[in-house]
Amino acid sequence: MKIHEYQARNLFRKYGIPVPDGVVCHSVEDVEKNVPNNDKLRVVKAQVHVGGRGKAGGVKLAKTKAEAVEKAGQILGMNIKGLTVEKVLVADAVDIEKEFYVGLINDRNSKSVTLMASAEGGVEIEEVARVSPEKIIKLSIDSTMGLMDWQARKIALQLFSDPNEMRQAAAILVKLYRLYVETDSSLAEINPLVLTPDKQVLAIDGKMNFDDNALFRQPEILKMREATEDEKKEIEANEKGLSYIKLDGNIGCMVNGAGLAMATMDMIKLYGGEPANFLDIGGSSSPQKVVEAMNILLSDSNVNAVMINIFGGITRCDDVARGLVTALKEIDTDIPVVIRLSGTNAKEGLEIIREFGLATVSTMSEAAQKAIELSRG
Amino acid sequence: MSILINKETKVLVQGITGRDGAFHTSKMKDYGTNIIGGISPGKGGSDVGGIHVFNTVEEAVKATGANVSVIFVPAPFAGDAILEASYAGVELVVCITEGVPVQDMMKTMPVLKQNGTKLIGANCPGLITPGECLIGILPGMIFKKGNVGLISRSGTLTYEVVNMLSESGLGQSTCVGIGGDPVSGLYFIDLLEMYENDPETDAVVLIGEIGGDAEEQAAAYIKEKMTKPVVAFIAGQSAPPGKRMGHAGAIISSGSGTAEEKIKAFNEAGVPVANEPGKIPGLVKEKLGI
Repeated sequence: MKIHEYQARNLFRKYGIPVPDGVVCHSVEDVEKNVPNNDKLRVVKAQVHVGGRGKAGGVKLAKTKAEAVEKAGQILGMNIKGLTVEKVLVADAVDIEKEFYVGLINDRNSKSVTLMASAEGGVEIEEVARVSPEKIIKLSIDSTMGLMDWQARKIALQLFSDPNEMRQAAAILVKLYRLYVETDSSLAEINPLVLTPDKQVLAIDGKMNFDDNALFRQPEILKMREATEDEKKEIEANEKGLSYIKLDGNIGCMVNGAGLAMATMDMIKLYGGEPANFLDIGGSSSPQKVVEAMNILLSDSNVNAVMINIFGGITRCDDVARGLVTALKEIDTDIPVVIRLSGTNAKEGLEIIREFGLATVSTMSEAAQKAIELSRG
Repeated sequence: MSILINKETKVLVQGITGRDGAFHTSKMKDYGTNIIGGISPGKGGSDVGGIHVFNTVEEAVKATGANVSVIFVPAPFAGDAILEASYAGVELVVCITEGVPVQDMMKTMPVLKQNGTKLIGANCPGLITPGECLIGILPGMIFKKGNVGLISRSGTLTYEVVNMLSESGLGQSTCVGIGGDPVSGLYFIDLLEMYENDPETDAVVLIGEIGGDAEEQAAAYIKEKMTKPVVAFIAGQSAPPGKRMGHAGAIISSGSGTAEEKIKAFNEAGVPVANEPGKIPGLVKEKLGI
């Protein structure tokens, strides 16, 4: 789960990580009402769940309050990579002497939380990692000990030579780690962390993601969820035990198992088609689940053919077939459906589907080709 | 021979009284797996389908000498179940549970290392040495005894591939589903090393997917250390960046973890990558000279 920059800043504040003052505004009126009446230099920033908002014109400086109102008016409603800007953060701009990067991630290789820091702040860390990986300091944190003060100081010493600045940075690292662990985060970045001319170390921009598997025990984090329209559909599917992701193609796919679902999408692409979605109906294939899955698929108006790909393991194909038939009887649609069953009792399953009068095939590649053919009318 | 499990393996089931635990215990038993006890805190002394239930793993290990534990407990308690099994001294823990918080998994890692416990999963279908021992939720009937080892990050895709292998006459030594989570136990390299040292495995099929760089590391390992042939498949070649494709580990972000990079790494290591699952058996036969 992703949150906005202003929400990450609120969490930083709560954990004692210093950030410049700012207010989040939903409208121009909000800016007029909530931004203090003085002419400080401010930065107006679009709050959207995508990177690259600066390049897209979603971040603007304002010298006066009137200008902040004007800039907010320009940014609100703007479309950045397909997302409409509904909120802006109006924050005090600070003078910057130097910029740094600090971040925490769940690292697959060390199987631990890893701290990354770099004196190359303010740019995309992925770019730094690609061009000059030696400029990134990494530390794998032992989950039983957590980030120890001396480790934080050791990292901070490599970024700051002045003892006072180093201590401020080390304290920020320890607080960021505590925030990360206590909220089941999967990514926490301060980019940039800055040093101001009056020697304050501040977090200017923050990004945090959270582990979806842990949201059940993070009610405060869950409250911050602001899903886009596509995400809402995905969340709704999730609540029904389905895993759905909308894509841009026209062939709807329904598959049991995530790996097989990915392989099915690949197969459609391989034969020249475009998958409309990723949809994993999970291990069991109860008729009710199939109906729900079908409804989600067909709610996408781009879909003009559906490919159902089921591998019967412990759940036998004849049981799955009966479920599919029950489900398809309930759904009234003209959109052609291709069904492929394989695995345990596949023969019996295919027979049941054929009797019902639907197209069946026995291999994945045939199914993909047939679905593509049907989608072209 | 085989890797990790065989007919001597003695298995405990953590969460045996739950719906999934009880169902799959009966399936494993039907397959011939030596299930010698179950664990369900507070239900010790009872019986599930003829299998004795203990309150703690420690108690069960002392009473039975079990060396493997398979976990079916719900996600919020799975991390603790892994820790309990490790402290009780089992050699291998197989965690089937899906949706375990990543930080819970990370907490288990230093303990597993300290106690010398191997872990498979979480969020995995388990493993099987055909004809000897099945641990987890795999459909036993599609597997055949033979000389091909298989490692996979997926469930049903694995069954799909195994079914094709079996139907084309290629049996398996041991098949391991390592799970789809970003932080899990044994991974490609650990298992490749075991297959390389297993006299009954002559070739290995590796089924990877997008996300992370475990496939790239596996490719480097194969190039340097493996004498046995490996054939690979990568799922998720058409997935868009930044989206979680069902498996929490299957996210491509910021240019790392893409299918192209993985395929390129395998090709450079001399590992053929099938462009669709149906091509895997043919590639294995080619490598084995059949």
